[in-house]
Amino acid sequence: MEDRGEFSHNPLMNWLAQQCARLSRLRLSSRGSRLLLRMLLRMLSRLLPRLLSHAVLYAALLAANTSMTGRAIADSAVDADTHTVRLALTTEPPDLDSLTSTDSVSFFILLHTQEGLLTYTTDAQGNNDALTGGVAESWQMDGTTVRFTLRDNARWCDGKPVTARDFLFAWQTALNPSTASRYAFILYPLKNAEKIHRGQLPASALGVFVEDDRHLRIELEQPTAYFASLTTFPTYFPVREDFYRAQQGRYGADADKLLCNGAFRLTEWTHGASLTLQRNPGYWHANSVSLQAIHIPHITNDPNTLFNLFQSGDIALAELSQDTVRLALQQRLYIQDFGNGMLTYLEFNHREGKALRNQHLRRAISLVINRQELVNKVIAAPGTHATTRFFPAWLAAIADNNLSPASGADIVAARHALQQAKQELGVDKIPPLVMLVYDSPSVIRQAEYLQRVLQENLGVTMIIDKQIFKQKLAKLAAGDFDLSLSAWGPDYNDPMTFADLLGSANENNHGQYRNPAYDALLQQAAALPAGAERNTLFGRLQQIIDEDVAVIPLTEPGIVYVQDKSLQDVRRHRFGGDPDLRFTRIVPDAGKTP
Amino acid sequence: MMRYAIKRIAVGLLTIWFIATATFFAMHAVPGDPLADDKATTPEIRAALLQYYGLDQPVLTQYTRFLGNMLRGDFGISFTQKNRSVNDIIRAHFPVSALLGCLALLISVVGAVLFGVLAARHHKRWPDYWIMLAVIAGISVPGFVFAALAQWLALKIDQHLGNIIPVAGWGTFRHMLLPATMLGLGTMAYLTRLLRSSMLDVQQAAYINTARAKRLSSTRLFFVHELKNTVLPVLALLGPTIATITTGGFVVETVFAIPGLGRYFVQAIQQLDYTVIMGTTVFYGSFLVLMVIVVDLLYALADPRIRLQDMR
Repeated sequence: MEDRGEFSHNPLMNWLAQQCARLSRLRLSSRGSRLLLRMLLRMLSRLLPRLLSHAVLYAALLAANTSMTGRAIADSAVDADTHTVRLALTTEPPDLDSLTSTDSVSFFILLHTQEGLLTYTTDAQGNNDALTGGVAESWQMDGTTVRFTLRDNARWCDGKPVTARDFLFAWQTALNPSTASRYAFILYPLKNAEKIHRGQLPASALGVFVEDDRHLRIELEQPTAYFASLTTFPTYFPVREDFYRAQQGRYGADADKLLCNGAFRLTEWTHGASLTLQRNPGYWHANSVSLQAIHIPHITNDPNTLFNLFQSGDIALAELSQDTVRLALQQRLYIQDFGNGMLTYLEFNHREGKALRNQHLRRAISLVINRQELVNKVIAAPGTHATTRFFPAWLAAIADNNLSPASGADIVAARHALQQAKQELGVDKIPPLVMLVYDSPSVIRQAEYLQRVLQENLGVTMIIDKQIFKQKLAKLAAGDFDLSLSAWGPDYNDPMTFADLLGSANENNHGQYRNPAYDALLQQAAALPAGAERNTLFGRLQQIIDEDVAVIPLTEPGIVYVQDKSLQDVRRHRFGGDPDLRFTRIVPDAGKTP
Repeated sequence: MMRYAIKRIAVGLLTIWFIATATFFAMHAVPGDPLADDKATTPEIRAALLQYYGLDQPVLTQYTRFLGNMLRGDFGISFTQKNRSVNDIIRAHFPVSALLGCLALLISVVGAVLFGVLAARHHKRWPDYWIMLAVIAGISVPGFVFAALAQWLALKIDQHLGNIIPVAGWGTFRHMLLPATMLGLGTMAYLTRLLRSSMLDVQQAAYINTARAKRLSSTRLFFVHELKNTVLPVLALLGPTIATITTGGFVVETVFAIPGLGRYFVQAIQQLDYTVIMGTTVFYGSFLVLMVIVVDLLYALADPRIRLQDMR
């Protein structure tokens, strides 16, 4: 007790004592360890005078250091005076060449520095995926012909105008097989695009015509309901030929090797370390861009580090992991979530000779899974929702198309289906099934849950096959699995981005689900213009998936994040780059209003 | 001496070749497709990618091609970071790791000498016990625990006392201090133990008694006779220590968001980025071999017995 009195007037020691006491309550319950802590504290109190003298020395050093580099001690996450924001990225942008880029971090940068014919905006209902003119000021769609009129004030950041030719060049280059663009398929709605990409036709056969600098006419293979949404996608962004060629294969590899036409310019890029985006004064819509700069001083994928950086006021936005969500909740931080459009589902191997080719067995598995339990007890992350639908409800064409089967488990029906399966397969016991999963803690927890549910309710043994990402993909492609816990992210705002997945011809249909009725409906939907008739087709596709138990949709995961309170209008998108800070404003008092 | 040096260098080169070869074939034996991605590619794109990275050739052709390029100092282009050569990655990120490592080494050596000597001089008294307890903790607790704890502490200091130590990041000396200390802790603990026992040996040596008998001043005795002889055997370990500390900062680099090379080294393996795996492994391997050779040569210079032994 004497000890405590001794340094109770010292706030630092008090705080240390509190923390130690807290630690001891948490982890160290034995008397011995508490004694140890007390001894440590006593030692510290003796050392304190010496430590203090060092601290003075250190402070002097610090002052010298700061004055040398000219940087302020505290870099704040949001600076209302200079209108700048600081963020962190989880990884170095792997590829800022919009023609070949595929990943979300690169898309985030490209969303801010480049602009396609159309772009996303927020409509009156608060929907962030509404379309508005980007480089194009107007467009008319007429069956298979689309005409775009470009703005005369849309400019590259070197001052030259963005012309129709820049789009033609970009699309022809992306379709050139030697460019090896992984997203070239997204250009396939353009007439002859697929044939050009397969090397069967020359690039000049592309159904894209430059009428003059400001007018672009596009012929499509067939009426494509979602074509407008596609033009916001990075592969559709314009690229100027002379600049692209001058980089000699290194387009987008450095800050000065990227020609911007968007709201921001990439002005600094120290690889692996930091990036800076500066407001582009030449952007046609620059007067509604309020941020002067977006600084990205940190690149790390450690969720704890990101959260700590946010708490120390260093960055303005941090995505939370399962662990940091708990910490944020404890500290009563304002947590936001956003459904990023992903779908997780259980894929079956429908190949000849595999047990899960049997529909009753698939149904039995589908019937024992209690998705609510999976989401609430196993995944236990805010923002994730259970689903039974392959086509998420946020899709514009699906919203009024509600056909949702029950999401709870029905053990009796499941056992009945299992009996039927055993009879059809002619076995007494279902052989062990191999479930392929990606080696991450959260996915493995889900797999273990499914394993237990199958064992307890059906007596079916499941072996979990954990693999690194690349090997999981290799095994999926080779058909070396029975089930797989998979996830899919949408590329554009149309059910087709999901429906396509189960088409016979699709390379991502790892389980080789083949259903002629499904394929026929898919083709029908592809050729129909947007409207009620097309929407009902997706309802029927969903019905086929349900009847066949082609896959088992499980969850729609979400992103959970904390964000600086003074940031207004940070838009979240499900495709084509997220988060969107192009029109973000800093309102310093926003945090104070109740 | 010349013969000894040439011999050491030849063995070093052979080691590097062996490292390169073993890594190359081990890497190709790792299951998984380096070009696979979330969205499956058409056979046409796949063929173009295979050709671009030279993976369409038989493994042996790839190997000879790799060796040829390696001799010219060219490790090719990264699979995951388009348009970035492995040489660029090493050039940009190794200096960061090296700076962090040097600082960590400095901290650990200074700390180790301080604590090692302190423990030895107070042998079997409480400073010795406390220091040895800390040493055991330093050796047995993995670096990421210290790193995470230190960051948490930095955050608390930040919240209660103001921004003194940055939570993470890189750029100024302030940013380097905490990660360098955390990176150096393990080495410091290890060296402290060595120095302590080395010092204890020296204290019992006959020449110390002689020096005492000559009534040398205790400062002179300590600095000229004791400390010098204590540090010598530890020097031999410095080569590999420098290499591990400048290259082994992966965890610290991730926790403190430092743009060092360690990150690339580890991530490349997870992503099967063949060229980066080869480039960083050969580079780190060569660095380690170089450090060992340099220390061996220095040691041979300092101690004639070693080079004589090797002659025979």
